[in-house]
Amino acid sequence: MMGFSQFGFDSLAALLAFMQFKPAAASSIADDVDQLYLFLSGITVFFAVLIFSIIFYFMLKYRRKSPDQSGTATHTPMALELTWTIIPSLICVVLFVWASSLYVRNGRPPDASTEIFVIGKQWMWHLQHPEGPREINELHVPVGVPVKLTMTSQDVIHDFYIPAFRVKKDVLPGRYSSIWFQPTETGTFHLFCAQYCGTNHSEMIGWVYVMSPTDYAAWLAGGEKTESMAQQGAQLFSQFGCESCHSSESGVHGPSLVGIYGKPQRAPNGETHVVDETSIRHSILAPSSVRQANYQSIMPTYQGQIDEEQMLQLIAYVKSLGSEERVNGK
Amino acid sequence: MSELAAHGAHPPGFAHQYEDIEQQRDAGKLGMWTFLVTEILFFGGMFTAYIIYRLLHLASFIQGSHNLKVVYGATNTAVLIVSSLTMALAIRSAQTGRKKGTTISWLVFTWLLGAAFIGIKLHYEWWPDWHEGLVPRFHWFYNGPHAPGVEMFMVFYFCMTGLHAMHMVVGLGILTVLLIMTARNKFSAEYYAPLEISGLYWHFVDIVWIFLFPLLYLIGGRY
Amino acid sequence: MSTAIAELHETPAESGVNYLNATYGIRSWLVTLDHKRIGLLYLGSITLMFFVGGMAAVLMRLHLTEPQGALFEPETYNKMFSTHGIIMVFFFLVPSIPATLGNFLIPLMIGARDVAFPRLNLMSWYIFITGAALALYATLSGGVDTGWTFYPPYSSLFSHTHVVAVALGVFIAGFSSILTGLNFIVTIHKMRCPGMTWFRLPLFIWAMYATSLIFVLGTPVIAITLFLLGMERILHVGIFDPAVGGDPLLFQHLFWFYSHPAVYIMILPGMGVVSELITAFSRKKIFGYAFVAFSSLSIAIISFIVWGHHMFVTGQSIYAGLVFSVLSFLVAIPSAVKVFNWTATLYKGSISYEAPMLYALGFIGLFTIGGLTGLFLAALATDVHLNGTYFIVAHFHYVMVGGAVMAYMGGLHFWWPKITGRLYPDIWARIAAAIIFIGFNLTFFPQFMLGYLGMPRRYAMYPSEFQVLNVMSSAGASILGIGYVIPLIYLIWSMRYGQPAGPNPWGAKGLEWTTQSPPLTENFEEIPIVTEDAYNYASEAARV
Repeated sequence: MMGFSQFGFDSLAALLAFMQFKPAAASSIADDVDQLYLFLSGITVFFAVLIFSIIFYFMLKYRRKSPDQSGTATHTPMALELTWTIIPSLICVVLFVWASSLYVRNGRPPDASTEIFVIGKQWMWHLQHPEGPREINELHVPVGVPVKLTMTSQDVIHDFYIPAFRVKKDVLPGRYSSIWFQPTETGTFHLFCAQYCGTNHSEMIGWVYVMSPTDYAAWLAGGEKTESMAQQGAQLFSQFGCESCHSSESGVHGPSLVGIYGKPQRAPNGETHVVDETSIRHSILAPSSVRQANYQSIMPTYQGQIDEEQMLQLIAYVKSLGSEERVNGK
Repeated sequence: MSELAAHGAHPPGFAHQYEDIEQQRDAGKLGMWTFLVTEILFFGGMFTAYIIYRLLHLASFIQGSHNLKVVYGATNTAVLIVSSLTMALAIRSAQTGRKKGTTISWLVFTWLLGAAFIGIKLHYEWWPDWHEGLVPRFHWFYNGPHAPGVEMFMVFYFCMTGLHAMHMVVGLGILTVLLIMTARNKFSAEYYAPLEISGLYWHFVDIVWIFLFPLLYLIGGRY
Repeated sequence: MSTAIAELHETPAESGVNYLNATYGIRSWLVTLDHKRIGLLYLGSITLMFFVGGMAAVLMRLHLTEPQGALFEPETYNKMFSTHGIIMVFFFLVPSIPATLGNFLIPLMIGARDVAFPRLNLMSWYIFITGAALALYATLSGGVDTGWTFYPPYSSLFSHTHVVAVALGVFIAGFSSILTGLNFIVTIHKMRCPGMTWFRLPLFIWAMYATSLIFVLGTPVIAITLFLLGMERILHVGIFDPAVGGDPLLFQHLFWFYSHPAVYIMILPGMGVVSELITAFSRKKIFGYAFVAFSSLSIAIISFIVWGHHMFVTGQSIYAGLVFSVLSFLVAIPSAVKVFNWTATLYKGSISYEAPMLYALGFIGLFTIGGLTGLFLAALATDVHLNGTYFIVAHFHYVMVGGAVMAYMGGLHFWWPKITGRLYPDIWARIAAAIIFIGFNLTFFPQFMLGYLGMPRRYAMYPSEFQVLNVMSSAGASILGIGYVIPLIYLIWSMRYGQPAGPNPWGAKGLEWTTQSPPLTENFEEIPIVTEDAYNYASEAARV
């Protein structure tokens, strides 16, 4: 990535951006994606020009000179057929490997990501920082730090799209999806919904504000004082009666939830799964379908009683158990 | 011009876009097989959705399956298998040039068995389902465990068996037409293609049921 | 001198009997069993649908000249784009070449008197117009706003529009496709004339055969999918509703299992037409016949295993993404092979530039661009950025309009003398083709740029920085619209006032050109016997 090709890419990128053919590239993966895009564009231009020129050339050179003239029979060399089958195949292999490795690499968020939670609903984005502040259609993030978004929808399928970061993911009801990005420049960037979701789909847009770390910290601390998501979740935990079965003292009726986030859990049929946001949500909304070793299936369902925001707060609380417990010495 | 030759020169039932009766018979059979492939994809789409949900919601689907009346489902399976036999015998009868009365008898047996299938289904399964409040949305009074999943199961049950029953009714219509054609001496040992082709359709509808029965009625190994 | 070229100079038959005048009256048309008349019945219906869908497009592009929307409330705009997509996909593109040109030409090209099941053929048309009438009626009485993709939960639980009626119209029309495909498969298998072996078939027939495979295997799945969606909407029983255990992504898998192969239903016949046009207007054998024939089949087969590339950002597993990505690259290869073979066919040909050839050459260029932009979308990392944006819209319009519609126009013009017995004024046709080419590129090339810049699709309003490109696109759309109206005028004009055509005005090879123009109802006086390969133009050196 050094030297001439990087210089070439940078110049071309700058030219295109100047001509407004290229969106801002403001995340750690944007330049990689743009390089691949430029390469693809190069291939497209190359083959389009090649085909167009050959066609024009043949059209002129072999134009019919008299009404009764026939073409001249030519035979089809197998070598030519194979060549123009194999070369495109090789190009496709290169493209596939390049694009897939980029995609796989971009799929895993770094461990130390800042987590932010997103709820899409017709027709706005609710964003919730774990420290407490909430935003609507706006997202403030610090530059240079990886950010992981955990997202769900309250109604139909939406799609969270930040063109400048080259990230996009569908946001579905009933489950959590996540993306991550690391902003590389401060500034203001578009946020769009990119999955048609009804009447005001085109108004479900907003702004991402990337700030320096100090500005971001100031922004977090400023504004109205709110409790953290985990604290709000703790209140909901007692308000909805979860404590009566799941407090660490009464581990009689229900399993203790201390430290379960991220741990593998075994069902009686032998299957294991790792506890994540989706499985916690599932346990709250459809507990009778969750089989736990050692415990009867007596937990009532909370379907229809907890909205998506409260659900995320409860999940934040459960995630905090274990680390918090040790700190508070319970 | 060849196509203006007198009708007597062509076998009965000959259609003029063809060159000869063999071509017509071949085309008819290929046409019916192709149609059956489309039916496989048609039912297959619903089967796929059903199987995926069964994997995801096994407990509710087992519960739902226990609400079905296995005895009548099994009886119907036997009824259909026998009807395929009688259908095959009807074709055989025409193929070997028997009197039309034999062919008609076998066709009538097939028709009666098909009607019995639908009758058993309506009288012993669907009507009681309605009474027991097991019809989603329209008459749903199920209070047992896994209610949402059971309702979804019952939707698939009615859609899949309903679609199958519609195909059976079409089959009965086809059989009626065949009965009339046989009565009017349209068939002989040389020309019985419509019987053969309809037989393919009838066997297919039978096979669909043979997949439906275990998939819907026999989950969870309760026996 | 080859016979075909000699036929160029034959005068039209004395006005005698042909399939158009053999019987008179509307009733004779409405109960016809003649595949040629049925093809014309379809031609009328789909032309109507094309202009209805086109009207929606023109209104959309006018609306999008302003960032806040120039004409409509968002709700109406949403219905416009949904109507445009549904009508164009299901009621124009899918039936276009197969039901019009396919019905008309397949028996003629293989030396048969009709298709295998003429009554089924007529029934297919009636089924089609029933579905189309229902969809049109539902559109005019309020329409749908779900997009042509009908994704739940929006379409099942939230939309307040006529979802069930339109879905039912599409469902019904689907059976028309299935029966047409079935008819074509049996016809091509069983009714080829003596000597017409598989490898002597015109490539249009190979393309129609491959298309029919997709009709027969894919369409039933969309039928069931729409049926389940209808159940969900009417019964609210959670088939696709997560709150009761359903999965909205199941709908997407089922939907795209048909709808991806469907796009190959839309392009393969066009490719078949292009093979005919290129050979006829360069008077040369196709370069690589077997390769082109087998590429049609392999496209049809591979088309069934790539559907997941429409769902890369839905959260499906990385492994699924990798599998669908590699298969999507694979399906591009046979198309590339075709483009190279067509181009090589021009080498040492004797090329003329009548309108059909201009359309064919336009197809090759625009399909190349459209197909290559598909690679951007098969590639996972770039698809993430481009999915759901105008890049997708540009990509599929390049292949569907720059490709399929151009091929349809080319085929219509090429076989017009055979179908109607009249010549159309080629000068106007060339002008229209040029206007269409220019208008098309101006409409859709800016949309690639809009997509890369991040403008999402299906937006009734957009940030003002996208306005310039949107206005360019709308300007192009007006030009394109004019381009399509011109052929409507001169083709209809030619039916009455056009110069009578001889049996083979282009000097082309193919059994259809050995009959009179228009053909007899029974196609051939005597069933032909074939002794030569397809496109057997000069085997000797070109004459001056």
